[in-house]
Amino acid sequence: MDLYEHQARELFEEYGIPVPRAEVAHSPEEAREIARRLGGRSVVKAQVKTGGRGKAGGVKLAADPAAAQLTARHMLGMDIKGHTVGKVMLAQPVEVEREFYVSYVLDRAVGRFLAIASAEGGMEIEEVAATRPEAVVRIPVDPAEGVTTAKAARIADAAGLPPQTVDVLVRLWEILTREDALLVEVNPLVRTTQGRILALDGKVTLDDNARFRQARWGDEDDTHEDPLEAAAAAKGLTYVRLDGEVGIIGNGAGLVMSTLDVVAGCGARPANFLDIGGGASAQIMADGLSVILSDPAVKSVLVNVFGGITACDAVADGIVRALDSVRLTKPLVVRLDGNNAARGRAILDERAHPLVQQATTMDGAARRAADLAHAA
Amino acid sequence: MAIHLTKESRVLVQGMTGGEGMKHTRRMLAAGTNVVGGVNPRKAGRTVDFDERAVPVFGTVHEGMDATGADVTVVFVPPAFAKAAVTEAADAGIGLAVVITEGIPVHDAVAFTAYAKSKGTRIIGPNCPGLITPGQSNAGIIPADITKPGRIGLVSKSGTLTYQLMYELRDTGFSTCVGIGGDPVVGTTHIDCLAAFEQDPETDVIVMIGEIGGDAEERAASYIREHVTKPVIGYIAGFTAPEGRTMGHAGAIVSGSSGTAQAKKEALEAAGVPVGGTPTETARLVLTRLEAERAGNQA
Repeated sequence: MDLYEHQARELFEEYGIPVPRAEVAHSPEEAREIARRLGGRSVVKAQVKTGGRGKAGGVKLAADPAAAQLTARHMLGMDIKGHTVGKVMLAQPVEVEREFYVSYVLDRAVGRFLAIASAEGGMEIEEVAATRPEAVVRIPVDPAEGVTTAKAARIADAAGLPPQTVDVLVRLWEILTREDALLVEVNPLVRTTQGRILALDGKVTLDDNARFRQARWGDEDDTHEDPLEAAAAAKGLTYVRLDGEVGIIGNGAGLVMSTLDVVAGCGARPANFLDIGGGASAQIMADGLSVILSDPAVKSVLVNVFGGITACDAVADGIVRALDSVRLTKPLVVRLDGNNAARGRAILDERAHPLVQQATTMDGAARRAADLAHAA
Repeated sequence: MAIHLTKESRVLVQGMTGGEGMKHTRRMLAAGTNVVGGVNPRKAGRTVDFDERAVPVFGTVHEGMDATGADVTVVFVPPAFAKAAVTEAADAGIGLAVVITEGIPVHDAVAFTAYAKSKGTRIIGPNCPGLITPGQSNAGIIPADITKPGRIGLVSKSGTLTYQLMYELRDTGFSTCVGIGGDPVVGTTHIDCLAAFEQDPETDVIVMIGEIGGDAEERAASYIREHVTKPVIGYIAGFTAPEGRTMGHAGAIVSGSSGTAQAKKEALEAAGVPVGGTPTETARLVLTRLEAERAGNQA
């Protein structure tokens, strides 16, 4: 889960990384009050979990509280790359002398975290890395040792960062490890004309797998802006909504991704990713079907199950019982293969639901579901 | 021979007395796996009956190894305890730890994979179905009865795609199938398995299944070009995955322009690896290649 900038800023402050004064506003009036408290001038920053905010008009300087109110009115509700702005952060402006970049990111290739640092912050680090690779240092961190003051000093020195950033590097590592973050990034980390080091903007991505031991962010899951995704999440389903017309249910992440691809290869567009896992019980099947059928864009549904540990007859039982509790409104193509596939198919044949048809191969099932979607 | 797991392997199960551990220990035994013990400090000294076989429970991995000569452990413990379980297994000096557990925090995986490496313990997983050498041994949760022994080696990030290919190619059969797991940090990579299959005299052709996220497939493609002489057939899942969304597996995410299925397919094809458009087509490519190899050998 990505944090909003203001949440990242709060974490930085809590761990002793210097940040500008700032507060969050949900209304233009609130923005004016905050700007007054900050001393009049303020930077109004849209809070959205996406990059490219500045170019999209999501960061504006306001000369006085009235201007801050006006800017906030304009910004709240604005769409930035598909994200609606629900809150803005007002920060005290600072006079920047130099901009730096620091982050810790997971390097999947070696299974370790990397410190990335550059004395050329401010812009996209990928651009700096592409045009002037020597300006970006990448230093792996031994998980058993972590980032000590000595290690941080080596990182800062290698990147040409001033000595005052060493403390920031140590504290950022503390955030990374104690908060179970997958990414912490400060861009830009600045030196002001008064010589102070400040984290002006930050990004923090937390590990969803670590929620069981990170109670703080438990209620903060507002990543499901789509109502169907929210409904699916409430039922514990792994569901991602897409913009096509063939609803898809399968077991196992790889097989479901593959099913999406095969449907796309048949000239139709998948409406979603939905992995019901190995068990495929009647309840999970019913929950999955009801989420998919409530998507108005869906014209046909494809159930693609490989019976490995759970045999196909048990899966077919689940589908039959799900059909008793969910009113099927779109044609359903079922492909069962693997253990007890013949018994599973016989169970569905016996149920003889007028909207349910079977296919014996994955490619054939995808073709059938795509044709049905086109015909609808 | 096969890779990493044979009928000689002596297997411990950490978390054997839990629900999943019990279910899959029974299945592993039925597949011929030599399960020599379970590990649970609170139930040490007892035995658990699986049909005809009584399996002893040990207090620690170390005790289990001392008593049985175990060289493989399969880890079913919940995510919060996985790091301690793997660390214990590595400290005991076991050769292979197969970590089935899904949902392990990345920082824990980073720590225990680095630690295990320093102790000489190979990790497969986490968040994986394990590995099977059909007809010999099954360490994990792969269904054993959907295929038979043969000369195809398979390495995959995905469990169900592994099963799909095992089933499609069930008449030809497999030397070993390894599910390396779909998490961002895994102990054994595609490259590790490609290297092992290349050395394995019982493997003639290798199937490599990848998916979006990271660049493991691209690195594997470079490795194949340099080091693999046996034919490799590829399959990649996730061409239709949108940018920035996690597709079921924690590691299956396209970030910006990196980790796309298209880039992986192109890298593999550039290394001379045919990539199937669907699992079924992939299976056909394997069969065609095997036939060509055999015709070539006879000529």
